[in-house]
Amino acid sequence: MTSSDSFAPITPGAADSKAASAAAVRAVTEGDYKYGFVTEMGEDRAPKGLNEDIVRFISARKDEPEWMLDWRLKAYRRWLGMGDRDPKWARIHHPPIDFQDIYYYSAPKSKDDGPKSLDEIDPELLATYDKLGIPLRERELLAGVAVDAVFDSVSVATTYKAKLAELGIIFCSMSEAVREHPDLVRKYLGSVVPAADNFYACLNSAVFSDGSFVYIPKGVRCPMELSTYFRINAAQTGQFERTLIIAEPGAYVSYLEGCTAPMRDENQLHAAVVELIALEDAEIKYSTVQNWYPGDKDGKGGIYNFVTKRGACRGPRAKISWTQVETGSAITWKYPSVLLEAEGSVGEFYSVAVTNNMQQADTGTKMIHLAPNTRSTIISKGISAGRSQNTYRGLVRVAPKAANARNYTQCDSLLIGDACGGHTTPYIEVRNRTARVEHEATASKISDDQLFYCRARGLGTEDAVSLIVNGFCREVMQKLPMEFAVEAQKLLGVSLEGSVG
Amino acid sequence: MPNILEIRNLHATVQGKEILKGVDLVLPAGEVHALMGPNGSGKSTLSYVLAGREGYEVTEGEILYQGRDLTQLDADARARAGLFLAFQYPVEIPGVANSVFLKAAVNAGRKARGEQELDAMDFLRKAKALLKTLDIDEKFLNRPVNVGFSGGEKKRNEIFHMAMLEPTLAVLDETDSGLDIDALKIVADGVNSLRTPGRAMLVITHYQRLLDHIVPDRIHVLADGRIVRSGGRELALELEQKGYTGLTGEQSAA
Ligand SMILES: Nc1ncnc2c1ncn2[C@@H]1O[C@H](COP(=O)(O)OP(=O)(O)OP(=O)(O)O)[C@@H](O)[C@H]1O
Ligand SMILES: [Mg+2]
Repeated sequence: MTSSDSFAPITPGAADSKAASAAAVRAVTEGDYKYGFVTEMGEDRAPKGLNEDIVRFISARKDEPEWMLDWRLKAYRRWLGMGDRDPKWARIHHPPIDFQDIYYYSAPKSKDDGPKSLDEIDPELLATYDKLGIPLRERELLAGVAVDAVFDSVSVATTYKAKLAELGIIFCSMSEAVREHPDLVRKYLGSVVPAADNFYACLNSAVFSDGSFVYIPKGVRCPMELSTYFRINAAQTGQFERTLIIAEPGAYVSYLEGCTAPMRDENQLHAAVVELIALEDAEIKYSTVQNWYPGDKDGKGGIYNFVTKRGACRGPRAKISWTQVETGSAITWKYPSVLLEAEGSVGEFYSVAVTNNMQQADTGTKMIHLAPNTRSTIISKGISAGRSQNTYRGLVRVAPKAANARNYTQCDSLLIGDACGGHTTPYIEVRNRTARVEHEATASKISDDQLFYCRARGLGTEDAVSLIVNGFCREVMQKLPMEFAVEAQKLLGVSLEGSVG
Repeated sequence: MPNILEIRNLHATVQGKEILKGVDLVLPAGEVHALMGPNGSGKSTLSYVLAGREGYEVTEGEILYQGRDLTQLDADARARAGLFLAFQYPVEIPGVANSVFLKAAVNAGRKARGEQELDAMDFLRKAKALLKTLDIDEKFLNRPVNVGFSGGEKKRNEIFHMAMLEPTLAVLDETDSGLDIDALKIVADGVNSLRTPGRAMLVITHYQRLLDHIVPDRIHVLADGRIVRSGGRELALELEQKGYTGLTGEQSAA
């Protein structure tokens, strides 16, 4: 097996095991159906660990129809069959994860938990909110403070939802979609990221908590940027987020995920799955700012973010564009990809990944050209500081049928200091002679000359670093929707604080 | 007239090597002085020491800026306190528009002085007006800082920065080198427009022709880390005729 094969289990079933193991079978047949434990354990949590009953519990808690439960259970059995085959090819290191030591279901926190006011919150976190210019009321919510007031943003969201409904646009939680729009969900869920696609996607398929569902009808251009309910609700989707976006022929939507404010979460492991489907002439633009807690300076704590994001261009001239700004998490393992299945379809990936202190990021994309005249563009900017490790890993595959496919890849890495690492690992597989694939890579450092020039004009060291880094990332930052861009710019500076002198 | 800058017996080293070996120089408010001297004599080193570049260590002597010990301030604090250095080799910052860079710089200074920061509109109005007086293309604003600029354009950009930042003390390190006649006029106009009673300037140059446009109040010659001659305008003419040979040690009153 070559390394690119292990990086690219993208064909359905590639990472599948032939049969569920004996253990899996036992797990299915054993164990009574015990919803009962909820009362023993308190009302908002299933007990630690994962077995079939937990999967049933999650499904029941969400009032899911039988087919959904079956889907989850099937995924769970596949996952059991994968044993300890979590991906090992990435340039990341962590102690083995004990999957029986995790809570797989907990209801949204009640108001009585958590801090009572901002006075009880870590002052460093508050200082960061301040630097990012997060509005006061949102700070409370992000920091998990119990608040009674109905949020402006919630009512705003409701107003928008009505407006969207007029256009036939569906924008709701995944749980709601499973109940209210089962035909759409059944048709598309797992159609881009099959349940058994990879270890973490498979786990997600079994136990996914919640996420967003978006459906844009034929010919409709969504009139506003859709965000996960304006950043607030993003904090409540749980650790196994599941998102599905469908754009019918000629439709357009721009979706924003995440939040520039650092988000704390007790859960160390996050394994999300995002699937995008763009039909003929449709366009989906998906932008992410990821700023989960990265752990402290010595690498203690922090989120493991193991995400599978993939879009399929299923109709001619469809276009999918991923833009990401990744600054958080202790470990990021993430390759937003595009399957270019139809003639003339277009895939784009614009990425900024920042690592500081002890953070590790192994991120990139896969552009799979399966049809003629397909085009893809990859622009990746990796910035490493502290003792962090930052890897770009990308695959460009041109299938025999993809005549005249075009790819342009540009990977730039910027190092701050001498103790960090920036790595570029491109895989290129071309099976059609008419394809043209270009790859450019640069590695640079912030020079003393640049820093001194900025300082000699009156900029403090941190502002200077922030400015230089933002300049380095400009091509990507320009792709972000306006409302995100300004905050994201500040975020880059904040993420690199203390990285120079 | 109070002095903007007083340098007394300044010794400085770079990577352990002594480059400045006892510089004395007084720059009163309202005056423009020229600093000349052979290649490698320490002119740029002096400008870096004044600007507070790391690695340039003052080992002896003192630098007073408006009566205060300048060495107590970091490079960026010096700039915010009104000191400006036009670089001999301006640095490129890819992806950062000149306007973005300058707005940040201008506002850093305003903030430090307790003044209201300029918003985008006010900044642009001021920048465009200045570009017009300096006869510099407005496109400068949107281009990334010094990236792909010709040698002459970089120097003009330094003058533009200086004009925007309105420094109290400006040190221009060979801003005239490599300029055509028109650009030379821009530099001279930039300097002359800042010639006000409260400010002072130190203009490092190799050429008499700049001094035809900027008539300096005094000229100093630096050789081997010391000021070896100081004089009026006539000194530049003399240097142009005789060169620097034989100057070392022949120190005249400053
Ligand atoms: N970083 C450094 N390390 C070692 N030597 C240095 C360093 N910087 C400057 N020097 C030396 O210090 C001396 C003075 O250099 P400086 O650049 O100040 O000269 P200058 O008068 O500005 O010359 P020019 O007219 O050519 O610009 C030179 O001999 C130079 O080689
Ligand atoms: Mg010099």
